[in-house]
Amino acid sequence: MRDPRTVLRRALLLAPTGLTLFVFMVIPMGLMGWMSVLEPDTYGGVRWHALSLDAYVQFWYERDLDDSLILNTAYMEIFLRSFLLAGFATLATLVLGFPTALYIALQDERTRQRLILLISIPFWTNLLVRTYAWMLLLRNGGLIDSGLGALGLGSGALDVLYTPTAVAIGFVYSFLPFMVLPIYTSLEKMDWRLVEAAFDLGANRWTALRRVVLPMALPGIAAGCLLVFIPALGSYYIPELLGGGKSLMIGNLIQNQFGTARNWPFGAALSFTLLALVLLAMIVYTRRFRQAPGE
Amino acid sequence: MPSIENRLWRFHGVAPTAWLAFVYLYLPIVILVVLSFNANKVATLWTGFSFDWYLRVLENDNILRATRNSLVVATGATVVSTFFATLAALAMASGPFRGKGVMNAMLGLPLLVPEIVTAVASLLFFLALGLELGLTTVLIAHIVFCLPFAYLPIRARLEGLDPRLAEAAADLYASRWQAFRRVTLPLILPGVVSGAMLAFIVSLDDFVITFFVAGAGATTLPVYIFGLIRMGITPEVNAISALLLMVSIAFVVLSYRVGRRPS
Repeated sequence: MRDPRTVLRRALLLAPTGLTLFVFMVIPMGLMGWMSVLEPDTYGGVRWHALSLDAYVQFWYERDLDDSLILNTAYMEIFLRSFLLAGFATLATLVLGFPTALYIALQDERTRQRLILLISIPFWTNLLVRTYAWMLLLRNGGLIDSGLGALGLGSGALDVLYTPTAVAIGFVYSFLPFMVLPIYTSLEKMDWRLVEAAFDLGANRWTALRRVVLPMALPGIAAGCLLVFIPALGSYYIPELLGGGKSLMIGNLIQNQFGTARNWPFGAALSFTLLALVLLAMIVYTRRFRQAPGE
Repeated sequence: MPSIENRLWRFHGVAPTAWLAFVYLYLPIVILVVLSFNANKVATLWTGFSFDWYLRVLENDNILRATRNSLVVATGATVVSTFFATLAALAMASGPFRGKGVMNAMLGLPLLVPEIVTAVASLLFFLALGLELGLTTVLIAHIVFCLPFAYLPIRARLEGLDPRLAEAAADLYASRWQAFRRVTLPLILPGVVSGAMLAFIVSLDDFVITFFVAGAGATTLPVYIFGLIRMGITPEVNAISALLLMVSIAFVVLSYRVGRRPS
């Protein structure tokens, strides 16, 4: 069956993409893992032959003057804050996104296509610029502030911009399409006669939703949660722009290591930890639903 | 197809929530575009209609240089990644084979790994190789993350293709190349165009990875805009941001029209 020419042709077709991804994606990730266990050089860079777990120790402990280790919670707080904000974003997009996906799935074919395009457009447009738009809306004297003032609801300045609340608003806004699209993809295949059948068998709306619709939507919901949680966790400029310096997240901490802090191994260790968490989540998802998230 | 009398329809709150979601998604975009035409120097205070800030943007050499960098990188990344992705999609469409799973996983990596991780890994890789950061490193990084975006629409198009068409061409004594050139290529062309457009827009929009791997001379438009935003909210930023948004939206709508599967 195996025609050597077919095999060769296939290999040649796959080579450019495969090699590009291997050399410029897989190898760099490995290199990053290796650099995370090296000693930092004084002005950025690493000492190539000096193995050290300092980068991972540094996350938990601080070295005192007498070289003893004392627990340092600063980095853990940043991780915790990142997980909380990303978790909140996931929950909020789910609460907003599931009904939206359901609504779209219940329209006729043409309307569905249009609404999906409407959901997709923000997905493809510049997120940096759209984050900036929220700065216009949220800042003191901005539209929401003056709008509330005009209605007599505002009591002084809004003071939302440069707080974790602003970051949360930005996250929900940015990642909502990532939640709606996979849930919609699950619901699209739904045979709605099943729901009718559930009603005929005496189920009320809530039971029908919980026992018939929700199980169908589950792979989409799980994929959506991953697709929101992961980019939110590693987000850099949304907390940078909307959160000000105060609500530092993992992404900002990583960027710092290549900017002012000049500690490449620590930056590599943080990135590598993030990567490991993501891959773990992927494996769990693929095992559970037997398909890649987003498919 | 759900019937109109479907009782789930009356599940309270579904429609209002959906509309809330749409308003939430579009309100900031609309506000930004409206404010970009604002005459007032205070970026959020409306006083009158004006094109001034757009003219100001078009006269700004730094913005023009950054735009040129962006276009050069996006064009290069689009051409290369679409070409590579088309070849790969053709191979991936042919039956099961060893290594298909690995290939799929690698194609998924740029989509699933957080941008900041890719950015750090690429930066360290380039620095370890001793490459000077600049347009070349930006271009390489962009080709990598554009690959899956170019690949997916082409793959989807091939999925819906009837393999008997190519077989029929072979029966009519077409060579492999002729069958590809005259039968397969025209059929997947909308997917290729759609993939190329998505690659272009993803490249044009990228900030995080570019921010890490661009040297001083390779500032792209989003990197430049980020610098401006950090310094403060100004009408110029409104105008350039609105321009970038409108270009992206035009591209997505166009790509959607081209890439739609024939019904």
